[in-house]
Amino acid sequence: MTTLLQQLVYGLILGGTVGLIALGYTMVYGIVQLINFAHGEIFMVGAFGALATFTWVIPEGVKGTWYITLPLMVIAGAVVSMVLALIIERLAYKPLRNAPRLAPLITALGVSVALKEAVRLWYPGATAPLPFPKAFLAGNIDIGPVVFPKTGLLLIVVTIVLTTLLQIYINKSRMGRAMRATAQDPDVARLMGINPDRTIVLTFAIGAVLAGVAGVLYGIHLTNISIDIGFQNGIFAFTAAVLGGIGSIRGAVIGGFIIGLVKTIAGQYLPGGTQYDYVWIFVVLIAVLVFRPQGLFGETERVRA
Amino acid sequence: MSPLLEVRNLSVAYGAIEAVRDVSFSVEEGQVVSLIGANGAGKTTTLRTISGLLRPTRGDILFRGEPIHRKAAHEILASGIAHSPEGRRLFGRMTVEENLQLGAYVRDDAAGIEADMRRVYELFPVLGERRHNKAGLFSGGEQQMLAIGRAMMSKPKLLMLDEPSMGLSPIMTQRIFDTIKELQSQGTTILLVEQNALAALALSDRGYVIDLGSTTLEGPGTDLLADQRVRAAYLGEG
Ligand SMILES: Nc1ncnc2c1ncn2[C@@H]1O[C@H](COP(=O)(O)OP(=O)(O)OP(=O)(O)O)[C@@H](O)[C@H]1O
Ligand SMILES: [Mg+2]
Repeated sequence: MTTLLQQLVYGLILGGTVGLIALGYTMVYGIVQLINFAHGEIFMVGAFGALATFTWVIPEGVKGTWYITLPLMVIAGAVVSMVLALIIERLAYKPLRNAPRLAPLITALGVSVALKEAVRLWYPGATAPLPFPKAFLAGNIDIGPVVFPKTGLLLIVVTIVLTTLLQIYINKSRMGRAMRATAQDPDVARLMGINPDRTIVLTFAIGAVLAGVAGVLYGIHLTNISIDIGFQNGIFAFTAAVLGGIGSIRGAVIGGFIIGLVKTIAGQYLPGGTQYDYVWIFVVLIAVLVFRPQGLFGETERVRA
Repeated sequence: MSPLLEVRNLSVAYGAIEAVRDVSFSVEEGQVVSLIGANGAGKTTTLRTISGLLRPTRGDILFRGEPIHRKAAHEILASGIAHSPEGRRLFGRMTVEENLQLGAYVRDDAAGIEADMRRVYELFPVLGERRHNKAGLFSGGEQQMLAIGRAMMSKPKLLMLDEPSMGLSPIMTQRIFDTIKELQSQGTTILLVEQNALAALALSDRGYVIDLGSTTLEGPGTDLLADQRVRAAYLGEG
């Protein structure tokens, strides 16, 4: 029982990370019908951006003070990811806006590989995993025999808070309405006076900020990062978005938590253990898609609550 | 004075298929002008080109004397042309109120938007009563009212309506045509595309017949109504 509860805790923590990244996949898909395969690398680069800020920008004297370093690193990660995503959108995707769907998809894959190799080449020491600063409270909260790492709790709380804010923004604000309109009927959205370029840029920016924040909190929780975290978590997040119903905000986050839980539970209890936990994620995905091809919350409410 | 909208020798193609060929017409301020023509004649294509969703291959579109055919759709809306597209195309998963708010997307006068929304609800009480319901759940006629209301919300100088009576009962059709009259009396200029040529021409100041992508006949609505060729081709008389 204790083991199960403990695995649930780890599952929720992984789920929070995956859910935050999945939001970017689902929002971008909702607006431009592009699976942005570079999104996992945007998460990874956000983590490296925060690490660079910690290493070279934050003064030695405050490096040990988490309530100063944490906000600075989160902002740095978010900004680096956002700027990167906007550059990619402008240079790689925008010119292909009217090209056949396959072209931007292949481009996204290419961008993904290029980003990973760029970090390997140019980030000092990135050929191996790098230690990440412990910019939060250390230790665990003990719930009976079950331990809840404080850094993991931070990840989950931030995921839930940001998702809630995002929902409110999309459902209540003028720009949120414009995003939903563009997702539902791009031509008619233009007839309402909505500038599609602005909506698209905003969507990429929001998705990237969430991924950047996720990258920083993930690094703090795991205490090290490598250039491989983008691919790995990107695949999980993409799967979460499809599982939840691509285009659905709520679906992406719930899908993230489901995948986190499936991975940890399967790693503990199913034959093959952690060697095969990946497999079970896709088994669940396939099982869901057989019965609900649009995903759990898909189609009927794209880029919606 | 130059007309509010002037379309000169407009041609539009979908790839190799030329859907509109050498169409010319003009709309004077304060008028109701209708474009009539058979299925596939190019009426919808013409409206979509005016509102910037399509680019012409040849010709000019002037709005208040200024060329607009190279502007983006959202700029054209902002300059004063609203387009209620064929088939209504509401945001079905959003509420009546959200659809109207989207119609007013380019405006920032909250009080004015509020007032215009009330005006739409007065014109179409059913929309006001169910303003928080999803647009997709309304009947065809109610959706058409919402589509017109949504297009009115940007306070356009020129309102383009593509088949506003499509699929509606005779009573609902009459309501829509009464509304068009009322909008005109309030100062809105209207460009109307209709299958229902009889009703459309009866309330139009001017009509144009588009045939196989070109304008073939024009004149005051009542003259066209009396024209033997129009009667034969579009009013089902021989
Ligand atoms: N997206 C498109 N791609 C290719 N051809 C098109 C497209 N849309 C319309 N067409 C063709 O262009 C021509 C004009 O179509 P359009 O929709 O403008 O006609 P319409 O006058 O509005 O007809 P209706 O009264 O049936 O609505 C038709 O031959 C049609 O098949
Ligand atoms: Mg048509």
